[in-house]
Amino acid sequence: MLWQQLVNGLTLGAIYTLLALSFSIVMGILGILNLAIAELFMIGGYFGFTLIAANFPLPVAVLGGMAGAAIAAMVIERIGYQPLRGTPVVTPMLSTLGFSIILQNVATNLWGSDPLQMPDEYLGRQYTLGPVNIGQMQLIVVGATIVLVTLIAYTVQRTTIGRALRAVAENREVSRLLGVSADRLTLFAFALSGALAGVAGVLIALHYGAITPYLGVEIGLKAVAVMVIGGTTNIWGALLAGPLIGVVEVLTVAYGGSQVRDFVVYGFMILILLLRPQGLLGGARSDQGQRV
Amino acid sequence: MSTYYASLFAEAGILLLGALSVYIILATGQLSLGNAAFMAIGAYLSSYLTVELGMPITPALIVSAIAAGTIGVIVGFPALRLKGIYLAMATLGFGEMIRSFFINFPAMGGSGGFHGMAHISVGYIWAWAGGILVVLILVERSRVWLEMQAVHDDETAAGLVGLNTVAIKVGAFGIGAAVAAISGGLFAHHHVYIEPANFGFERSIDFVLATILGGSTLGLGSLIGAILLVFLPEFLRPIADWRLAAFGTLLILVLLVRRQGIVDRTLLRGLTFRKAAS
Repeated sequence: MLWQQLVNGLTLGAIYTLLALSFSIVMGILGILNLAIAELFMIGGYFGFTLIAANFPLPVAVLGGMAGAAIAAMVIERIGYQPLRGTPVVTPMLSTLGFSIILQNVATNLWGSDPLQMPDEYLGRQYTLGPVNIGQMQLIVVGATIVLVTLIAYTVQRTTIGRALRAVAENREVSRLLGVSADRLTLFAFALSGALAGVAGVLIALHYGAITPYLGVEIGLKAVAVMVIGGTTNIWGALLAGPLIGVVEVLTVAYGGSQVRDFVVYGFMILILLLRPQGLLGGARSDQGQRV
Repeated sequence: MSTYYASLFAEAGILLLGALSVYIILATGQLSLGNAAFMAIGAYLSSYLTVELGMPITPALIVSAIAAGTIGVIVGFPALRLKGIYLAMATLGFGEMIRSFFINFPAMGGSGGFHGMAHISVGYIWAWAGGILVVLILVERSRVWLEMQAVHDDETAAGLVGLNTVAIKVGAFGIGAAVAAISGGLFAHHHVYIEPANFGFERSIDFVLATILGGSTLGLGSLIGAILLVFLPEFLRPIADWRLAAFGTLLILVLLVRRQGIVDRTLLRGLTFRKAAS
């Protein structure tokens, strides 16, 4: 029973990891909270779902959800962030909130407010490993997460564009003096974070076998808590906090009742904000900067 | 006035109080995304007082406002450590925690909700909403408000000239929470049924929307915002399903074109001047 819960928790944790990474790419580099990510996650799930329902193979659906959410994120950057650069950090956050209201409304009108069920063949096979049942979809979720996190890590740490991203995060003005096109990078950061949110959306639809327009508020927002717990300025904090929160949440549901979990997760986030604002993995330097 | 329009006016009054609760806290430079939590506290406590203890509605609202205000002050102290989006995230978390608490609170019905309240009239709702708005507009002309503005504009400088920034910020949280609680109490006794889902993230967002759209530099702005949010959908009947998208678009437009919201001091002065000239 416990092992089964751990497996379920890790699957959920994988999705939280992707979403928290998505939040922290924008937060870590630009210092703003893109609240629309929660809804990009939901809309990415619907794109993927629509492709699956139209009998496209799974990889196409994943790429479709990814591309759709990335394009939406780029639109958000151009309209909702770029013109507002240089305003207090709360202003762009409110404009992304405007986009999240729009996205949720569009999804409710296009696909209805009732949950949509995945086709049966997507419930997948179950593998039994000792005391634990692992669904095929759970393996896909965890596998895809590992591949994506590796790709992101490689991009951020080893490529030119990744170095430029880190430079802009460190000091926007100086990196512009050194020839980095900060505007284009901002667009890239939004697209990258949108793509991650989109994939996470398709994966959660596979994991639950269903999708609703309220996914963003129910699960997407909780990724904000996961990001804070991991550390807002250290994008790798999500790798620790994602699985941690996934397991904690599944265990509270199993042993404490289904609705205590939000209380536990958000309570943990507030404690972290107050006692260790740099997050579990944040470095010493990160306590300064935007917070004060 | 038909029952339908009466009910819309009631909604506008309740939303006005919610928007004011955000506005008061925002006036000291703190954005709260969790004011629905204080509204929930007000709604549940006042309902308990009127239904279970048989208290009349007015004292029940006052008691709930004091209780929520106290909780607001308690929340305000740790909030001092946070700024900008970090405060926004923390208040968002607080809002979700309180909602989750009421789901797990069987004494008040848990997720099944709570009912049995006596219905109140629109006039009663607007007596509260209008009264609080008038008091706030008077306060906006006082020294206290100037001090809040000073903290909003530059907290360090305000502290250096000897203002008690801690008392001002925490006090704003307490007053904002009390106003939100009254909004919640009126909501409960207008709908005569409440459930934790009434007080989620979307509700907090409604408050913020009304404040930012109407005008975030003036108490009157919240009135415009609340009326806009409640009555605009009535004029947009053909596109009723898309009204939220319309509000989202409006929010982005306002932020891009007129960040201070629809009404501000300059506009108000222009209007009164023209009236005096004609």
